Amino acid sequence: MSDDHDHHDGNDEHELRVSKIRDGTVIDHVRGGQALNVLAILGIDGSDGEEVSVGMNVPSDRLARKDIVKVEGRELSQDEVDVLSLIAPDATINIVRDFDVVEKHRVERPDVVDGVLSCPNAGCITTSGEPVTSRFAVLEDGVRCGYCGTIVREEIASLIDT
Amino acid sequence: MICRVPGLHLVATGSPRGDWLAGSNGEIQGARHSLHERMRHDHLITSKQFSRADIETILDYAAEIGDDPSAVADRHAGTLLGLLFFEPSTRTKMSFETAMKRLGGDVVDMGSIESSSVKKGETLADTVRVIEGYADALVLRHPKEGSATMASEFVDVPLVNAGDGAGQHPTQTMLDLYTIRENAGLDDLTIGIMGDLKYGRTVHSLAYALTNFDAHQHFISPESLQLPREVVYDLHQQDAPGIREHDSLEEILPSLDVLYVTRIQRERFPDENEYQKVAGEYQIDADTLEAASDDLTIMHPLPRVDEIAPEIDETEHAAYFEQAHNGVPVRMALLDLLLSDDKAIGGEGDE
Repeated sequence: MSDDHDHHDGNDEHELRVSKIRDGTVIDHVRGGQALNVLAILGIDGSDGEEVSVGMNVPSDRLARKDIVKVEGRELSQDEVDVLSLIAPDATINIVRDFDVVEKHRVERPDVVDGVLSCPNAGCITTSGEPVTSRFAVLEDGVRCGYCGTIVREEIASLIDT
Repeated sequence: MICRVPGLHLVATGSPRGDWLAGSNGEIQGARHSLHERMRHDHLITSKQFSRADIETILDYAAEIGDDPSAVADRHAGTLLGLLFFEPSTRTKMSFETAMKRLGGDVVDMGSIESSSVKKGETLADTVRVIEGYADALVLRHPKEGSATMASEFVDVPLVNAGDGAGQHPTQTMLDLYTIRENAGLDDLTIGIMGDLKYGRTVHSLAYALTNFDAHQHFISPESLQLPREVVYDLHQQDAPGIREHDSLEEILPSLDVLYVTRIQRERFPDENEYQKVAGEYQIDADTLEAASDDLTIMHPLPRVDEIAPEIDETEHAAYFEQAHNGVPVRMALLDLLLSDDKAIGGEGDE
C-alpha cells in the first residue's frame, strides 16, 4: 500500500521535503521525473493560489525513485486523474480529509482524452488555430489523434499542452 | 427540415457484412433502404464508415444510375450543394457539380481561397458554419488532416470529405472500387498500389476499403514514400490478408489484376536530381507491361504527369479515364443516399 508514505512521514528529512496536507489530494507513486507533467496535465500551475508540494526522485520501494504531488484544498475526481495514467500508470490517488486518507485508488486508463494533449502532426487541423479541443483515443500502447489519426507511442508527456 | 442524428456513425451500427447480394431483388432493396436510413443526413468523412455490404449497395446503386440517369434526374430539384475547395481540384469538384446537377439540383461555390474570406484569416469552423446556411450539403477539400472531421462537428447539414490533406478521400475510393469491380471484380483481387503512398489520400482510403474484400494488396514505393504507420496499423487491425510492401514493381507485376498508380510529387524531394531518379523508377510504359498479365487493369486517380506513358492510353489495360468518368454516377448515388428524405430511394422496387 503506502510503502513509502509512512516511511517518509517518520523521517525528518523527508518531512521537510514533502509535508502532510490537511485536506486535498496526494498523488503518489508517480514515475520519477514526471511530477511537473502531472501538474501540467491537471492544469495546476500555482497561479490560482493552490498550495502544492512536489517531491521528485524520492526513494521508493516500488519504483526505486518516485515523484509525489500533494495538492491542498482540492479533491481530484477519478476522471481528472485517469488521464494521468498516460504518464504515471502506477500512480495512486489518496484523498485526504483532516489529515486522514479517506479514499485511495489507482489511475485507470481512459478510452478518450479530451484536451490535455496536443497533436504533434503539423498538418493536423487541431494545430491550425481552429476553435477545437484536441481529442485522443487511448490505445493499448499509445494515443491516437481523433482528428488526423496520428499515433504516438513514445514521449507522450511531450504532447502535454501547457 | 434537416434532422441529422448527432454522432451517428455508419460503421457503429454494425451492419452485417453478409452475402445479401446472393439474395433476391427484395433483399437488395432492403440493404439499400437500411444503408439509406443510416446515411441520410449524416456526414461522409472516411472509407472506414463502410462495411462490405454498404459498399456493394452503393456500387449497385451507382450502376443503376449509370444505366439510366434520367430516372433520378429530378430527384433533388431545388437542392443546393456547397462546394468548399481550399485546394485546387478539377475532377473531384467538377464531378460533384455534375452529379448534383444531374440529380436536378445546383451548386454554390466558395471559389478560390484567393478571393474568399479565408484570405482574411477566417477559421474553417466559421466558414462552414456560414456556408451551411446557404446550402443543403457541403463538400469540403482542405489541406489539413482531420479538417473534415472537425468541420462536421460544426454543421448540421451533411458534409462530404473530398480530401483532407494526406488523410482520406472516401468518394474517390467509391469510384475506384466501382472501376475495379467493373474491370477486374472485387473477389479474389490482387492489386498493386504504386507511387506516393505516404501522402496519397486516395491510397489511404482505398487500402482500408479493400480490407472489406480480403484483397491481396501490394504497396510499391520508394522507402521515403511508404505507407504511414497509421495506415499500416489500421490494415493490421482489419486482419487484412497479404499486405506486402515492395520497393520495385518488377517482382510482383505478373501476379497483379489491378495496378493503381499515383503521382510522385516533385515537392516531396529535397532536390530535382533525387526526384528524377526516384520518380523514374515508378513510371510505366509498354515495355514495363510486357511482364504483366493480359488482363491487367491500370488505374490512376489523375492528374498524371509522366507516371503512365501515353502509349498505354489506347491499350485494353487503361481504365483511368473511365475511372474519372465513374465519379459522376458514384457521386450521384452517394449524394442521393445522403440527401433523400423519401423512403423510395432507388426506385420502384422498394418497400
